[in-house]
Amino acid sequence: MNTKRIIPCLDVKNGRVVKGVNFTGLNDVSSPVELAKYYSDCGADELVFYDITASAEGRRLFTDVLCETARTVFIPLTVGGGINTVEDFDRVLKCGADKVSVNSGAIRNPELIREASRKYGDQCVVLSADVKRLDGQFRVFAKGGREDTGLEAISWIKKGVELGAGEIVLNSIDTDGVKGGFDLEMLEAVSNAVSVPVIASGGAGKIEDFITLFETLPRVDAGLAASIFHFGEVAIPELKKALRRRGIPVREV
Amino acid sequence: MVAIVDYGVGNLFSLTSSFAAIGEEAMATGEPEKLLRADRLVLPGVGAFGDAAEALRMSGLADVVIEAAKKGTPLLGICLGMQLLFDESYEYGLHPGLGLIPGQVRAISERIPPELKIPHIGWNALHFTGEACPIFRHTKEGAYVYFVHSYAAVGCEENTAAVTDYGASLTAAVWKDNVYGTQFHPEKSGRVGLDMLRAFCGKEAGAC
Repeated sequence: MNTKRIIPCLDVKNGRVVKGVNFTGLNDVSSPVELAKYYSDCGADELVFYDITASAEGRRLFTDVLCETARTVFIPLTVGGGINTVEDFDRVLKCGADKVSVNSGAIRNPELIREASRKYGDQCVVLSADVKRLDGQFRVFAKGGREDTGLEAISWIKKGVELGAGEIVLNSIDTDGVKGGFDLEMLEAVSNAVSVPVIASGGAGKIEDFITLFETLPRVDAGLAASIFHFGEVAIPELKKALRRRGIPVREV
Repeated sequence: MVAIVDYGVGNLFSLTSSFAAIGEEAMATGEPEKLLRADRLVLPGVGAFGDAAEALRMSGLADVVIEAAKKGTPLLGICLGMQLLFDESYEYGLHPGLGLIPGQVRAISERIPPELKIPHIGWNALHFTGEACPIFRHTKEGAYVYFVHSYAAVGCEENTAAVTDYGASLTAAVWKDNVYGTQFHPEKSGRVGLDMLRAFCGKEAGAC
């Protein structure tokens, strides 16, 4: 049976890893290449690189770092941030990315999902959604969680899957950075709505949060986190040991 | 020297990098002379079977791969490249493959419970079958490897080297004489995968 995946996320700005708490207040942590290799060695099942740079120069630094990482790390790499066109897919896939995640770019132009999945296959297109409770519904936010799109999250995500997204990253803005656990209510609503893999993001603070996630929502395929891994609050080998003890299937390295 | 068959399908960056990481010279090429001169061949592939099979034939490289395999050059097909080794595939119609290993490629949806997700994406365990396959000489039973596929080979029990369990027993690797195929991606399966590439290149297992 497929194992549950543990995925560290590296936010990259100007070629360096940073992580925002509730998307503000950035701390420089480390070199993406070194951090990626470290995570791969200690049992991460996949890595996500988010490019949070806006400038062309920052983008060039990002692709350099991505190429360098793909030369030394041999687990699946997902890349997101600044993906607005099929050419952006091409740019990062040529540098060794295996999957590309779209967010604001797909909100502006949903056809991007269809075009990219036709060209590279559904498995290559990840729809990432930043979602927050607003006016009694789950609402999609764009631009790193700053802008209310007015879109209802469940219908947006279902539409994304119909257009060809092969995987969903659901990031709850309500729980992100709080370290009080994943947003189970929101995750349940999404995983019941789609048949593609769902990756939980936002809110993990300790090992028990991952146990609760996979025990409560067996349809969720993976847990993603950033700062708790970067700052060593949760070590991946211990996390996997704890999951295995609870009978949750995880990959041994 | 390993030659990676470049027929314009898929991304060869990770594959080329993984051979570099194990200290094996590798080049992606579509030149028949270079492919026929190589010590080993790798046949990659992503996308749909029909498109890839046609690209391989249109480029004239299907015959080159068959010729190299027939003269004994070790050949490793990966993912869709593995599926191309078979007689035929039923992905969007019936399409002929290279016929190097007897069997067909069929949708896994025909065989697995409906609640399981398709594609089969993620890390799953290998279970060896039959005679010990040389490319797994550094690999332990139950090792985890990375899969991304919606189709799998059937009717190839005699040449199956490993299976994986995803609601049904799915063909994970095949082996016939000098021809090998892995449904999973060794170049994305961490240290376990690199050790398979080392074994394919006749190298010892990596340190640590």
